[in-house]
Amino acid sequence: MTPGAKLALWAAALFAGGIAVPVATGMAVVAALAPPDREIVLRVIGERAPLLVFGALALLALCGAVARWFVAAYVAPARALAERTRIARAAADAAPVTSGGAAELAQLAAEIDRLAEEKRRLRGESDARVRESLARLEEERNRLAALMSELVEGVLVCNAEGRILLYNERARALFAEPQRTAATTPVGLGRSIFSLIDRDQVVHAIEKLEQARRGGATAPRTRFVAPAGAGRVVKFEAAPYARGGGEMGGIIFTLSDVTGLLEGEAQRLSVLQSIAAGARAPVANIRAAAENLARYPDMEADRQRRFVEIIDAESQALSRSIQGALQAYGDALKASLALEDMRALDLLRVAAGRLRSLVGVDVACDDVDEALWLPVDSFAFVQALGFLAERLKSDYRVRALRLAARARGRFAELDMAWGGAIVAHDALTLWESEPMRFGAQESPLTLRDVLERHGAEAWLHREGPAGARDACLRFLLPASAPLEQGARSLSAIESRPEYYDFDLFAQGGASRDLRARALHELAYTVFDTETTGLEPSAGDEIISIGAVRVINARLLKGEVYEQLVDPQRPLGADSARVHGIDARALAGQPAIAQVLPAFHKFCEDTVLIAHNAAFDMRFLELKERAAGVRFEQPVLDTLLLSAVAHPALEDHRLEAIAERLGVPVIGRHTALGDALLAGEVFLRLLVQLRERGIVTLGQALDASRETYYARLRY
Amino acid sequence: MTKRVLIVDDEPNIVAALEFLLQKNGYEVKVAANGEAALAQLDAFEPDLVLLDVMMPKVSGYEVCQRMRGEPRWRHIKIVMLSAKGREVEVSKGMSLGADLYVTKPFSSVELVATLDKLLASAA
Repeated sequence: MTPGAKLALWAAALFAGGIAVPVATGMAVVAALAPPDREIVLRVIGERAPLLVFGALALLALCGAVARWFVAAYVAPARALAERTRIARAAADAAPVTSGGAAELAQLAAEIDRLAEEKRRLRGESDARVRESLARLEEERNRLAALMSELVEGVLVCNAEGRILLYNERARALFAEPQRTAATTPVGLGRSIFSLIDRDQVVHAIEKLEQARRGGATAPRTRFVAPAGAGRVVKFEAAPYARGGGEMGGIIFTLSDVTGLLEGEAQRLSVLQSIAAGARAPVANIRAAAENLARYPDMEADRQRRFVEIIDAESQALSRSIQGALQAYGDALKASLALEDMRALDLLRVAAGRLRSLVGVDVACDDVDEALWLPVDSFAFVQALGFLAERLKSDYRVRALRLAARARGRFAELDMAWGGAIVAHDALTLWESEPMRFGAQESPLTLRDVLERHGAEAWLHREGPAGARDACLRFLLPASAPLEQGARSLSAIESRPEYYDFDLFAQGGASRDLRARALHELAYTVFDTETTGLEPSAGDEIISIGAVRVINARLLKGEVYEQLVDPQRPLGADSARVHGIDARALAGQPAIAQVLPAFHKFCEDTVLIAHNAAFDMRFLELKERAAGVRFEQPVLDTLLLSAVAHPALEDHRLEAIAERLGVPVIGRHTALGDALLAGEVFLRLLVQLRERGIVTLGQALDASRETYYARLRY
Repeated sequence: MTKRVLIVDDEPNIVAALEFLLQKNGYEVKVAANGEAALAQLDAFEPDLVLLDVMMPKVSGYEVCQRMRGEPRWRHIKIVMLSAKGREVEVSKGMSLGADLYVTKPFSSVELVATLDKLLASAA
């Protein structure tokens, strides 16, 4: 009701009340009179009618005034107060609530204001607490990520259902296939461990662990060896972790690559076998000939000579075969010698400590590349450095050394430098062949042995012009493979936190009906394709696919798929303008029938998302038969979801939605770039959909369908 | 009556020693350098026993043994297999294919002759 109407109503009510009482009383009095008196009274009233009308009008005016005052003092301020209270409730920094009008309302406003103030203070405090614990969480997450990426071993943690909660870069690399088209599932959060390791093997491990735990083992462990990517053989160590109530929450797998070790072992075995088998026949021949000679000393001279020749020839052959086998064994031994990957920094720090304590020289160790890793026998290497330090000290009075290490291509350059003393050119040559001795330790190895074992070389290196007094012993030895360095690089930590998601602990798994599950807890693959044109039925083909995974409402930028595809038809003249891919880039790429199985694996157990998904799905569906796969999972479309979230808006192009939702638009028109953008958009749309009461996958699919038909109708 | 032994081996050095030893022990000996030659000589020579090397090019000792056991007129001939392969699986394979004895190299030639004597005596 408008304020005017309310005012009129109040005035009318007051007036009706004010006039009804005297009129009714008068009528009752008149009705009680005797007829002659009644006439006199009615006449008198009739004569005074103008006065009575004036009285009634005066009363009406009074009522109007009273009603106006009442509305102005109470009704309007009460409304305004309600509005201000609402604002104060919604906005954190609203102006104080005040009220005009009656004093009582002003008091009420002051009380509300105090209440709002109190609420603001409480919220501020809890916000601060939330911020604080989020920061702590973030710090812990980064610490964990740093820890994980520093590990030389691969780590995989899965929950009781076999879903991966955590992995590190090393584990991912162990399962990586060199060819992107190989149809194996990559390591990824929320993915099933059974797609990586044989199910029976995992189940067997779980049973063994359960048994050990029931048997009272406090820290049960089990290990097995299984194949991983690219022909690698990996040793898995499995340990359970307990959830509340002592029940098994899942398994922690530690992975190490034992491919080389097994090869060494196999080589040793084959050497042994070849010695055994190779020796049997010659020994048999020698033995038979020798026994004849011994038993028949009087045989003819011819025959005797023949048997002696046999013994001679066969024993020489036997020597050669044993020599050859031992050589092969030696090579195998050399290859498998206990060289382990060690950070150059750690190696030199250990060496520095030993040199200080055992040789008694000053050692600085300040110029070391932190990302450098070496395959070394650290014990022998430190011993070699100690031996050299001792010789420098005793022969040349060198009392201070500097250790440094840096990468040189595939090699590492390790320097042991000193200032002051000039060391003879041939000193190192002499030292190389001496048995190494330092402190009380004496090694059967020479420096040359140690160098050979590491595939290393050493020389005396002078800084600056010849004769300068700064010199060093320089070692050049193979560095560890760059792949592993990348896996351990410190700078990569910032991008690592995506490698785990403990929210997956709580997830009920796929047993629940997919449609009933909350949108924010599902796993998605957001993808996009680039094509030769817009009509798949007219022969247009996919030329690139890009995809990214979303788990627990997080975009996993570390788990992406990107593949160019040879369309096996010429590109349209202008299509390169859209996607920037020309025929040269596509030459030699696999065809769609080879690519789809790998992409299918990448998407398994996830809901698909694409912008204008019908277009991309049409392309995929037409190729399903040729590739022998089917994409049967539910599909969401960011275009339709945007229309659901903002029915009043018309423009649902990807850029337009991104702009509305505050997603920066970069890297567009590559399949992966668009997939990433659609992923960000989807995550923001999730929030908007929740406000409209769309929470489950089923609701999102239904709403999409409705808006799809609604759009068709227009 | 003199017993006849056919030696089948492609290694002349062991053949020389075995031939000499068996002749000294009163056997009539013939030599075949491979499996095919051995099978070709069986009917003409009618040996009482065949000393059969396992590892030979083309037709292996296993195969010769199998063929001899598949032919009724050769079934009575004793077969002693000689081999540089001494793993248990290989011995069982030889015995299952019908060898009477499987001897792994190296062996004592004197003991081998004694064993052959016994084997042929039991057949007689």
